[in-house]
Amino acid sequence: MAGRHRSDELAKSPFGRGDALAKSPIGRGDALAKSPIGRGPEQAAPIERRRRSPWPSVRTYMGAAIILIWGLAPFYWMVITAFRDVDHTFDTTPWPTYVTLDNFRDALATDKGNDFLGAIVNSLIIGAATTAVAMMLGIFTAYALARIEFRGKYVVTGIILAASMFPGVALVTPLFQLFGDIGWIGHYQALIVPNISFVLPLTIYTLTSFLGDLPWELEEAARVDGASRGQAFRKVILPLAAPALFTTAILAFIATWNEYMLANMLSTRATEPVTVAIARFEGPDSFSQPYTAVMAAGTLVTVPLVIMVLIFQRRIVSGLTAGGVKS
Amino acid sequence: MADSAGPRQADEARAAAGVLTDSGRDVSASGREVPDSGYPGHDDIAPPPRKRDLRAVWLIAPTMVILAIVILYPVLRAIWLSFQADKGLDPVTGTFTKGGFAGFDHYLMWLTQNCGSGMGSCPPGTLGADFWPSVGITFFFAAVTVTIEVLLGLWMATIMGRTFFGRSLLRAAVLIPWAIPTAVTAKLWFFIFAENGIANKILGTDIAWTTDPWASRFAVIVADVWKTTPFMALLILAGLQMIPQDVYEAAKVDGASAWQRFTQITLPLVKPALMVAVLFRTLDVLRMYDLPAILNGDSGATPTTTMSILVVADIRNGNFNSASALSTLVFLMIFAVAFIMVKFLGANAVRTQDEQRKGDK
Repeated sequence: MAGRHRSDELAKSPFGRGDALAKSPIGRGDALAKSPIGRGPEQAAPIERRRRSPWPSVRTYMGAAIILIWGLAPFYWMVITAFRDVDHTFDTTPWPTYVTLDNFRDALATDKGNDFLGAIVNSLIIGAATTAVAMMLGIFTAYALARIEFRGKYVVTGIILAASMFPGVALVTPLFQLFGDIGWIGHYQALIVPNISFVLPLTIYTLTSFLGDLPWELEEAARVDGASRGQAFRKVILPLAAPALFTTAILAFIATWNEYMLANMLSTRATEPVTVAIARFEGPDSFSQPYTAVMAAGTLVTVPLVIMVLIFQRRIVSGLTAGGVKS
Repeated sequence: MADSAGPRQADEARAAAGVLTDSGRDVSASGREVPDSGYPGHDDIAPPPRKRDLRAVWLIAPTMVILAIVILYPVLRAIWLSFQADKGLDPVTGTFTKGGFAGFDHYLMWLTQNCGSGMGSCPPGTLGADFWPSVGITFFFAAVTVTIEVLLGLWMATIMGRTFFGRSLLRAAVLIPWAIPTAVTAKLWFFIFAENGIANKILGTDIAWTTDPWASRFAVIVADVWKTTPFMALLILAGLQMIPQDVYEAAKVDGASAWQRFTQITLPLVKPALMVAVLFRTLDVLRMYDLPAILNGDSGATPTTTMSILVVADIRNGNFNSASALSTLVFLMIFAVAFIMVKFLGANAVRTQDEQRKGDK
C-alpha cells in the first residue's frame, strides 16, 4: 500500500516531468531524485516548516493581517454604512454609530420605483433555472470528458474553454434584437438562455476536473459484480460525486447571481435581477445619491453569499482552482 | 508527460485483469507483485475494445447543441448584421434607405472614424470617435490590473501557503471580494470614492474620483484589483501547493538563498498555473463592463469607456448594425489576444488542464 502510494507521489511530483528543475542551476534533478530525503514514504506529507527565529512568523502574521483587512475592510464598511442613519452617511467612525434599520426599510420600499424584494425573487428564479439546466447538461458532458477516451476530446475541451472565456458583449446585440422581435424581453427566458452560455462551460469545466478525481475503480468493481453501466453510475458514482455536484452548483449559481451586463440589456422592471436593481437604485430625488439605502441593499444581497462562502470555503476554493491547476 | 495516458490505461488494465479492490491493488490476478515503478509494464494487457466514440457523442451532443444556440447562432447573426446597412432616413441626404448589403462600412466607421464623408470624419463626442480611446483604455486596464494582480497575488499566495493559526479564516476572508456581485462592488467603491467619502477623508484629499479622467481610471483599477486579486492568489496558491517541500529543502542544503529559491524553483514550477490564471484574467478584463459602467456611467462618453461599454451604448442608440460590427471587432481582438497568449506565452489552458487531470490520476 505504502509503496504504491509513494510511486504515485513521485509520478505526480514535478521532477517526474520537470525539465524546469533540471535546467535550474541549484536543483539538479537527478541529484535530487537520488538524495535520501526524496525517498521515504513518510515524505508524502509536507514537511513542517521549522522556525528558527520568531521573525518569519511575525512577518507571516503581519502579511495575514494585511490580507485580512484587504478582504474584509470594504465589505465591513458597506455593512456599517447600511446600519448608519442617513443624516450621518459620511461619518468616518470605524465602528457602528447612529445605528438604525431605516436603510433596510428604504431599500425594500417600492414607492420610488424600486422593487428590491421583487428583484431578489427574480434573481432566485433566474439563478435556480440556469443552474438546473447547466447542471443537467453539464454532468453528461463532464462524465464523457472525465471518463471516456474518444477522438476529438481535445477539441471538445477547447471549445468549452473558449466558450467560458467568450466575451458576453458579442452576444448582446443579436440577442437584444432577436428577443425584441419574438417578444421575450420582459420574460425570464430572455435572461436564463444567455446566462447558460457562460454558466454551462463553467459547470462542465469544474465538474470534469472533480469527476476525474473520483475513485473510478469502484465503478468497474460494480460492473464486475453485475451492475449495468447506468446502475454503476447511479448507485456508486453519483453518491460519491454529490459534494462535487453541490459545489459546482454553488459556483454556477453565484455566477448567475452576479451577472450584470446581459441582464441590464435584456430585462424589464418586472424581471430585473438584483444586480440591475442595485445599479439603478433611485433615491428620494435625482440630485442626492441614496448611499445608505444602496449599502443596505448591497448588504442584503451579499450577506447570504458571504455566509455560503464561509461555510463551503474549502470546497469553493477547490472548485475555483479545479480548472487551471490542481490543489 | 510522455506517457500521460499511462495511469488510466494501467488502471483499466488492472480492472480488466480483475485487480479491483483498493486493498488488492498491488497484487495482480496471478498473485505476483506489481512493480512499484509503474504503469508502462502493463501496456501488454490491452484494455478491452469498446464502442467508445458513439457514447461520448451522445453525452456531449446536448451541450454542443445548446452552445451552438446560445453562442454560435448569436455570433453568426452579429456578423451578418454587421454587413447590413441601416434602414430608415439617411441623415445626410434625407432619403429613405432600405438597408441591404453595406460591405465593410460599419467596420471602417469604427476603425477609420469614417462617419460618411471620408476618414476621420466622425466628430468628437460621437461614439465612432470614441473607438480608439476605448480600445486603448481597455488594454490599459488589462495591462495594469493583471500586472498588479500577479504581483500582489504571488505575495498573498506565499503568505496563505504558510502554516499558521487562522489560515482557513484567511482563505475564507479572501473569498469575500470574489463572492460579492460586481454590481455591488461598484456601488460600494462608488460610495468609498464619493466626494465626501472615506477615501478622500483618509487621504485628506478632495479628488473627484468618478469624474476626473485619471482619478476615475485609478478608481476602476483599485476596485478591480480589490475584487480579483484574491482569486488570482488562490489559483497561484493551488499551483504552489503542487511543488513538493523537499525540493526547497534540497535547495537549502545546496545553499540557495530565499530569493534564488523563489526565482529558480517557485517561479518556473508555478508558471503553468500562473499563465493560465493570467490568461483568464486578461480575457476577463478585456471584456470588462460592470465596474466602469456603474462607477462612472455607461453613456460611452466617460474616461473609463471600455469596448464593452461602447457596444452597449451603441445599441442604446439603436444602431444594431454598427454595434454588431463593433462587437465582432471586440470578439476578434480578444480572440487574437488569447491566441497570442496561448501560442507564444505557453498559457495553454486546455493542455494544462488535460495534463494535470491525467498526471494526477
